[in-house]
Amino acid sequence: MNKQASTLSNLDEVRAMIKRHKMNDAIFSGVGLVCIMLVLLTLLALFIDLIIDGYPKLLSYEFFSSFPSRRASQAGLLSALVGSALVMIITFLSAVPMGVAAAIYLEEYAPKNWFTEVIEINVTNLAAVPSIIYGLLALGLFIYILDFGTSILTAGLTLGLLILPVVIVATREAIRGIPVAIREAAYAVGATKWQVVSQHVVRYATGGILTGVIIGMARAIGETAPVITIGALTFIAFLPPSPITTTPPFLNFDWLWSGFTVLPIQMFSWLSRPSPEFHVNAAAAGAIIIIVTLLMNGVAIKMRYNIRKKIKWQ
Amino acid sequence: MVTVTSPMKAESRNLNFFYNGGHQALKNISMPLYEKKITALIGPSGCGKSTFLRCFNRMHDLYPGNKYDGQIVMHPDNTNVLANGVDPIEVRMRISMVFQKPNPFPKSIYENVAYGLRVRGERNKRIVDDKVEEALKGAAIWNEVKDRLHDLAFNLSGGQQQRLCIARALATDPEIMLFDEPTSALDPIATANIEELMSELRNKLTILVVTHNMQQAARISDYTAYMYLGELIEYGDTDRIFTNPTRKETEDYITGKFG
Repeated sequence: MNKQASTLSNLDEVRAMIKRHKMNDAIFSGVGLVCIMLVLLTLLALFIDLIIDGYPKLLSYEFFSSFPSRRASQAGLLSALVGSALVMIITFLSAVPMGVAAAIYLEEYAPKNWFTEVIEINVTNLAAVPSIIYGLLALGLFIYILDFGTSILTAGLTLGLLILPVVIVATREAIRGIPVAIREAAYAVGATKWQVVSQHVVRYATGGILTGVIIGMARAIGETAPVITIGALTFIAFLPPSPITTTPPFLNFDWLWSGFTVLPIQMFSWLSRPSPEFHVNAAAAGAIIIIVTLLMNGVAIKMRYNIRKKIKWQ
Repeated sequence: MVTVTSPMKAESRNLNFFYNGGHQALKNISMPLYEKKITALIGPSGCGKSTFLRCFNRMHDLYPGNKYDGQIVMHPDNTNVLANGVDPIEVRMRISMVFQKPNPFPKSIYENVAYGLRVRGERNKRIVDDKVEEALKGAAIWNEVKDRLHDLAFNLSGGQQQRLCIARALATDPEIMLFDEPTSALDPIATANIEELMSELRNKLTILVVTHNMQQAARISDYTAYMYLGELIEYGDTDRIFTNPTRKETEDYITGKFG
């Protein structure tokens, strides 16, 4: 009897203890929720504010089809939109092949010694270098040494360098996610390293690589400092020469050397004007940048989801 | 006992193996593989049986710092597969492997089986089609997949995936097939299927199988080798090893006193 009573009172104690310990769970979820909400709500408020300020422009077709102007009501985004798109093409074409190739080399081919270790650490560090430093590098290398001028090519290559570490790190992560068992399976039927890399590793890692590329591009599209450093124009009332022509050879690369402006610079230039009407334009441009960035991130998430659904490792 | 002596397909001669860092995982192992027979490697975890198996197709070459010492000679051509001048890819084209967990590629059933042929540069679609069908039949999975050859291999059950991996290993007509605990991730029915399949494969090729299931070794193999701490303790006819082992350690292991 006695023993049973003591067991029962023990049980009460155990329950009280569990309750006490569970308090920590509740406290932590509360704190975590507040933190997340602070971040999300701040961003959301900013975004909504931009949309409210800029909505007269966001709804007008002329805003997207006009060049900048001295009159706020007639000023548009056209040259900045086209400039950003063309710069992004160069950024993509320069950063992706180089970044993916570098990551494959580091992950699959490079011998593991102190030298490659130093390279690896530095690649990760490069991702943390302030973007204006890349601007200075580009000013020295592309403009003064290589004489590319303040052109779309220079801007694209600069932003390409800027996102190179992002692409390399994302690609390496994606490559590392391929199970050893799959590599061994390919080697075991007699594949060479290049066959394993090109026919398996890179293919199965495509989802992760693309995610990294898009996130890098989304960062590049909002970068302002390095593009200002290389001297991008702030007022530009013409479009670069069209890359496609009606006469053979149908392709034209003159646009590479053209002057340009990009979305964040256009926004910055409007923002620095005293007249409040221009601030409406700036708000609208800001909203566009955020929307483009969110769309790119959305595409990245969707791609990753689709590929994960298709390739599920056991 | 009606073991008809068959010619030797391969043999390891004084094989030592050192992992990166110097740990000696195999100590002076000499042992034959008879042609068109199943040889089973048994022993407790960590005894080196998988390490030994993976020497045959030079899988250890994939990781830096591993070192072989000794020979694994294939007959009748007397090629030492561990020799420096022999390309591990050439070895893997003659000796194929089935792994512990089914590891199909995230590709179609057809492409999984065809991969070995693609690696060898085979482009003729008719030849590839024929070989794929032959291999899937050989792996006793043709009837289950013939109507969905272009489905993703991941949609198959675990046992089917393992038979698909056997078909993949079979499609290139290997001389020796290595099985590294091929049924340890499978349920009893799938295990029985694989065991039956291995017995049939014996008509075509030489098999070396690692298993930590002693009953399995007794059921399917012609010869058994007991390994412990990197050494070959005893090798012989499976019937004799399981009924009348000469070494005390072997007897302790197979009677369950140890391991």
